Amino acid sequence: MAREASPSRKIVTTAVAWAIGLAIFFPVLWTILTSFKTEAEAIASPPSFLLFDWTLENYAEVQERSNYLRHFWNSVVISIGSTLLGLVVGVPAAWAMAFAPSKNTKGVLMWMLSTKMLPPVGVLVPIYLLFRDGGLLDTRIGLVMVLLLVNLPIIIWMLYTYFKEIPADILEAARMDGAMLRAEILYVLTPMALPGIASTMLLNVILAWNEAFWTLNLTAAKAAPLTAFIASYSSPEGLFYAKLSAASTMAIAPILVLGWFSQKQLVRGLTFGAVK
Amino acid sequence: MATAHSRMTARLMISPAVIMLLGWMIVPLSMTLYFSFLRYNLLMPGMEEWIGFTNYEYFLTDPAFFEALGNTLALVGGVLAITVIGGVGLALLLDQPFFGQGVVRILVIAPFFVMPTVSALVWKNMFFHPVNGLFAHAAKGMGMQPFDFLAHAPLLSIILIVAWQWLPFATLILLTAMQSLDSEQQEAAEMDGAGPLSRFIYIVMPHLARAITVVILIQTIFLLSIFAEILVTTNGGPGYASTNIAYLVYAQSLLQFDVGGGSAGGIVAVVLANIVAIFLMRMIGKSLEP
Repeated sequence: MAREASPSRKIVTTAVAWAIGLAIFFPVLWTILTSFKTEAEAIASPPSFLLFDWTLENYAEVQERSNYLRHFWNSVVISIGSTLLGLVVGVPAAWAMAFAPSKNTKGVLMWMLSTKMLPPVGVLVPIYLLFRDGGLLDTRIGLVMVLLLVNLPIIIWMLYTYFKEIPADILEAARMDGAMLRAEILYVLTPMALPGIASTMLLNVILAWNEAFWTLNLTAAKAAPLTAFIASYSSPEGLFYAKLSAASTMAIAPILVLGWFSQKQLVRGLTFGAVK
Repeated sequence: MATAHSRMTARLMISPAVIMLLGWMIVPLSMTLYFSFLRYNLLMPGMEEWIGFTNYEYFLTDPAFFEALGNTLALVGGVLAITVIGGVGLALLLDQPFFGQGVVRILVIAPFFVMPTVSALVWKNMFFHPVNGLFAHAAKGMGMQPFDFLAHAPLLSIILIVAWQWLPFATLILLTAMQSLDSEQQEAAEMDGAGPLSRFIYIVMPHLARAITVVILIQTIFLLSIFAEILVTTNGGPGYASTNIAYLVYAQSLLQFDVGGGSAGGIVAVVLANIVAIFLMRMIGKSLEP
């Protein structure tokens, strides 16, 4: 907005916006603060905001008692693994649809999207039974497969909207200069497509990291990523507020950081290009 | 451009994705459909038999189904009301010039990146807990009796948690749409003497209409399948007070091992989601037109 605002109005807006922003962020902030308290201070009444003895012992204890790093590693493997495989399948598909569209392309794209709208409970029972019979329950490879399929439509759609923005003239020009298909892809298209691929990857890692239907239903102790591990705090364990907070802080911190970089892609990726 | 050779290559490049998604959609879904016509309980293996529509009859006449359907609608409707109204308000606010815009924006979108199990447990224990929660501390501080949110208003509590998670999404999309609003149009209206309210009603809202529709449709798809938040806070209870269709299907198939009944419920959920999906697809399809 280019319009000038009067200074007094700008100050009022600043105060209101910051108050609301902090209020919305407060649960996250409170979780982070609580993770540095002792258990006694975490439930003290009235609660102390900053003036408490800061301690790191919760982090050490969470790791010691439940092998936290294993679950963290599960999350890393599952989210990055499913995203990379998704790109391997998705990049060629989106590429072909963007640069060599046929009259079916739109229909195929829409159909891919419709698979995303299938509610997971609709296929919960057969997937669970297939996994049980195939020995895939509570394995990382099983979850990688499921999350790959769940997120593939979003990957293809996002890539498609990015590839579409690469001007076709450039291809023509390269071809006139006698570039072969391989060279064309390697030296002309790839550099232009990389930012789109990177954004797609980022958003997908976030979505896979936070996925909490299949991860909860298909894992137990061994392959459980952080979503499922944190869920185990739902019964009495949850009353250890400081430890719950430490485990939660470590679970959300990497994604908060990645997420802040991906604001723009988020809109594009989750609205399937309907809002830009 | 489209020679027979390149068309072949294109098809080859697309087919792995198509085959995988086709398998993902057709195989399990037809299994669900098949199971839904069987008497099939995991505790009684080998006793499966074809029973026609009996599972559907049971599922659709079960009082729990009506309660779950009501809860599903309340959950979707409640979250949509909060996030759309709140999102429009926040987008209007964040679109104004003020100090520290970038930081406030980051603060506002943060909840969207918090995994569902974390946000549900943080709210459950650290805010809603009747003894140690912050709301209980606040109530005691003001001399009031603490309120046990999850016991006495379980559905409302879950609506609040989920709304907190989705408010950033609505805000971000509406803000993006708001920023594409032509400011000259606004200035012209201002010069013609239109007040802030009529500018909002006649210029801002019509411009946002499309984005709001997209927000409503996409959120509905996700909100119909809310699961983790219920699992870790109330387990659907007390009774069925916070059970939605997704949770009911899960409970029936994986807790009571009634695969037949759960599958019938799953098919019902698919049909419900499809009603919404049809509208959403039409909107997105339009955006594909050049």
